[in-house]
Amino acid sequence: MSVFSQAMSWLSDGAHWQGDDGFPHRIAQHVGYTALTVAIATAIAVPLGLWIGHTGRLRGLAVAVTGALRALPTLGLLTLMVLWRGIGLTPPTIALVVLAIPPLLAGAYAGLESVDRATVDAARAIGMTEWQVLGRVEIPLAMPLILGGIRSAVLQVVATATIAAYIGLGGLGRYLIDGLAVRDYPQMLAGSLVIVVLALVLDGCFAVLQRVLSPQR
Amino acid sequence: MKVARLAATVAAAGLALTLAACGGNPTNTASGSDTSGASASSSGSGGSGSTAPIVVGSASFPESEVLAEIYAQALQAKGIDASTHLDIGQREAYIGALKDGSISLFPEYTGNLLTYFQPNATQTAPDDVLTALKAALPDTLTVLTPAAAEDKDSYNVTADFAAKHHLTSIADLKGISGLSLAGNPELKTRSYGVPGLQKVYGISGIKFTAISDSGGPATLKALTSGKVDVADIYSTTPSITQNHLVTLTDPQHLIAAQNVIPLIRKDHDNATVDQTLDAVSAKLTTQSLLDLNAKLNGPSKPKASDVAAQWLKDNGLA
Repeated sequence: MSVFSQAMSWLSDGAHWQGDDGFPHRIAQHVGYTALTVAIATAIAVPLGLWIGHTGRLRGLAVAVTGALRALPTLGLLTLMVLWRGIGLTPPTIALVVLAIPPLLAGAYAGLESVDRATVDAARAIGMTEWQVLGRVEIPLAMPLILGGIRSAVLQVVATATIAAYIGLGGLGRYLIDGLAVRDYPQMLAGSLVIVVLALVLDGCFAVLQRVLSPQR
Repeated sequence: MKVARLAATVAAAGLALTLAACGGNPTNTASGSDTSGASASSSGSGGSGSTAPIVVGSASFPESEVLAEIYAQALQAKGIDASTHLDIGQREAYIGALKDGSISLFPEYTGNLLTYFQPNATQTAPDDVLTALKAALPDTLTVLTPAAAEDKDSYNVTADFAAKHHLTSIADLKGISGLSLAGNPELKTRSYGVPGLQKVYGISGIKFTAISDSGGPATLKALTSGKVDVADIYSTTPSITQNHLVTLTDPQHLIAAQNVIPLIRKDHDNATVDQTLDAVSAKLTTQSLLDLNAKLNGPSKPKASDVAAQWLKDNGLA
């Protein structure tokens, strides 16, 4: 039997769909880590990106910093955080937040930059305050790119949240790490397939959301 | 496209040939001298002072390299022509090199060597492992006297935790409720891991945290920060002494013995070699391995040969 068909039978085994080690629980944990990470990263990166995009300040710095953050190996960062904070939820969350910030920041400031300057000037000319310009003109027009940033961050975090299992947390990474430890390749492949499907489903949701929230419907 | 592919194939084949030649050359010269050595030693079998040159191999980790250096330099001190061929990699590769005669001696570990030749072996006590190992070895190879030194999985606790619960052995963990353990993920299912702790020592309700760094910094941090009570760390890891951890003894032999043992080609074995290596093994303890590893990992990153020379000198063997 090939590894692929073994993985399929691993997936269809009812025992693997219940309990703490079962797929529903692991998927819930995985989505939980992803949601937590993207929420924190969004709270940091989107306001910052909007400020950079609106004012045009520090853009060069933002480009350089996000480039540098992208180059950080997440697993290395995780180990560093563990040495600092010990094991627990904090180290992988920090490592994943660092991973999620660059696309979010880029989406936010690039989104605002993509707004036609004439439109912004027109908004100011009819007497809108800066907050009104941002809230009523720039953000709605930039929404597809901001959402694109979130979409990209979610995808990267879903794919990388497997590292939480490296230091004993749950999530879908458990199947990869535990499978590797005892050379149970069907289990690893089954886990990978679930991660791929989860990523595709989430990406599909964002594709729909992006279309719905686009101003030019 | 076709031409390019053909060229690539030719290039790959050429590379393979070159590599084979590279791998083959030392093998040929070595086995050439081996045959002469073999005939010499078989004619004077058992006699001391046979001059068959001995090539000591090692795997690709510092401890194995320093052990190979210790063997080689101890033999040299007795006037035997010995050299080293370090960094051979995995067991598949160096057992092959021993069989074809390109190396003749290797510092091995009893338990892992037994599992290599007999994958379903269940022996764990040192003597049982040794007996089974001797039976499982191929005809051309033999093992000498094992050292007390062992490099294997070991259960460690902090000095504070040990004092608080009066711990010296794994059996003492039994009374502690809600015990938490960290180690590689396979510990959850392997016989020497959580199932064995339950079955052999009757420790139930263990909360297991899988940390995939083989007892490295993250596992250590989990233990020293008090996130877990017990951690599986290899018994010769310098962090054990550096952090004053207490390694729990294993009276029931839950973890298979991994004594350091010289694995040698029979045609290179003689009384002088035996005496020399037995004297080394007699001095080699797990504490020696810890000290050697600590030195090798030290800030000055000394060469394995220098560390080996110093150890032999300190123990009056060279």
